Amino acid sequence: MIEVENLEVAFGKGGNLKQVVKAVSFSVARGESLGIVGESGCGKSTVLRSLAGLDRHWTGRISLNRQSVDKNRTIEQLLLAQMVFQDPYGSIHPRHRIERVLAEPVRAMKKGGGWDRVPKALERVGLPAGFAERFPHELSGGQRQRVAIARALVLEPQILLLDEPTSALDVSVQAEVLNLLSDLREQQGLTYVLVSHDLSVIAHMCDRALVMKDGVFVDELDRADLQAGRTHAEYSAVLFQSSFL
Amino acid sequence: MPVPDSTSILTVRNLNVNFARSTLKAVDGVSFTLGAERLGIVGESGSGKSTLGRAIMKLLPNSAKIEAEALEFAGTSLGEASEKQMRKLRGNEMALIMQDPRYSLNPVLSIGNQVAEAAKLHLGLGKAAAYKAAAGMLERVRIADVERTMRLYPHQISGGMGQRVMIAMMLLAKPRLVIADEPTSALDVSVRGDVLKLLDELVTENNSGLILISHDIRMVAAFCQRILVMYKGRVVENLVRLEDAQHPYTRGLVAAMPNPRHPVRRLQVLDRPSIDAAEVRS
Repeated sequence: MIEVENLEVAFGKGGNLKQVVKAVSFSVARGESLGIVGESGCGKSTVLRSLAGLDRHWTGRISLNRQSVDKNRTIEQLLLAQMVFQDPYGSIHPRHRIERVLAEPVRAMKKGGGWDRVPKALERVGLPAGFAERFPHELSGGQRQRVAIARALVLEPQILLLDEPTSALDVSVQAEVLNLLSDLREQQGLTYVLVSHDLSVIAHMCDRALVMKDGVFVDELDRADLQAGRTHAEYSAVLFQSSFL
Repeated sequence: MPVPDSTSILTVRNLNVNFARSTLKAVDGVSFTLGAERLGIVGESGSGKSTLGRAIMKLLPNSAKIEAEALEFAGTSLGEASEKQMRKLRGNEMALIMQDPRYSLNPVLSIGNQVAEAAKLHLGLGKAAAYKAAAGMLERVRIADVERTMRLYPHQISGGMGQRVMIAMMLLAKPRLVIADEPTSALDVSVRGDVLKLLDELVTENNSGLILISHDIRMVAAFCQRILVMYKGRVVENLVRLEDAQHPYTRGLVAAMPNPRHPVRRLQVLDRPSIDAAEVRS
């Protein structure tokens, strides 16, 4: 579903040039859930933003659904992958009602008005239809993250890019959101790329995890490795140790 | 300095906090005593754990009404203490370490000046001596290249370093009580362990009491000797070991965390009606 070859991203110019992602390659199969774990600043979110088409100064090759995508994407390519951000307080327009939040992407992608898709979008993430009338500040953090997921899914993407979707939430609410994400993946056969600094969330959600450090992947762990705490690199061993005190 | 009574640093009996005209109690009948130990307070957002910490420091806004049968800290009744007395205690005898060093450090003061200011204020040192004390303390919290760091401003240092600076500043006066409110939740997991270790080291050295407020029940259980679990402003359980948890809320919180060693297809979510029912019965 996703294939990435030699992806490089750098910020800044001349002497201030900072290579954030250094020639990484990976692929994600259809219906698979891939985790990327690492510390702040390791480049994990940048990889995700390049996949989503938000960062445009990458070099290398990205293909989605066996189709190579360019830095400037067509609407069809943009529809393939949608993103859910970390902070539900920051990622939803504070002065728009929920219905407008959910209808806007549909209109932006020239797929009609979008208002008719609102009830179904809310139902899909387990929110009552009456929430369409509300403003974001009238929702709790968990409900808001559900809206962010609904917004991503309203375009019927095949790929969902999740950037720390639960790290701003309480563990009890995190459990609800993670369950929702697992259910949606099962029902709709979605492909996930989940970025997190929390190994236990990655281990719960993902079939496979890549450990990232300073812009490169230093380790790859499959489900059995994650459960047994087996690692193949020094850095991931340290990460495991500090994650499970 | 003679230690007055190491068994009890802080005594809280039947503490209630409510805001403005609200009848809802943010903290509802909380009682505990703290010795020279590590006490953890866990709960979800809105459970009243931070309000409890702030009520002890008397840092709540004027709209908050604090009532308690007893709120005693090292022989002083905090309930009757005037603002002037509190100002003397805060930073000197009791310290609060907050969540995000990016917001709790002064952005326009260099690290050196900031830590030295604490030394001037609480230790009554002169300028040069305060600077020296600050440098010594920063070295204690294992900041590499102290000279250079002291010239930097908060936005130029990392989160883990910022939290170390906060700890240095707060523990400079060797307070008897340290309240750490989510000290590690803005930090990376790899730095988290170091910060906790450092906090423990300094607190043990000063023979003071530490209250660690966090939503991460597993981390608190690994680090603290005793845990209070708060739900809707009340302490629902007082635990020594997490495995002994009886209350459905505590058990629910533990079960809601993904655990790679016990993989489940779906995580357990909190059954709030049954928790509330258990609360009514007790």
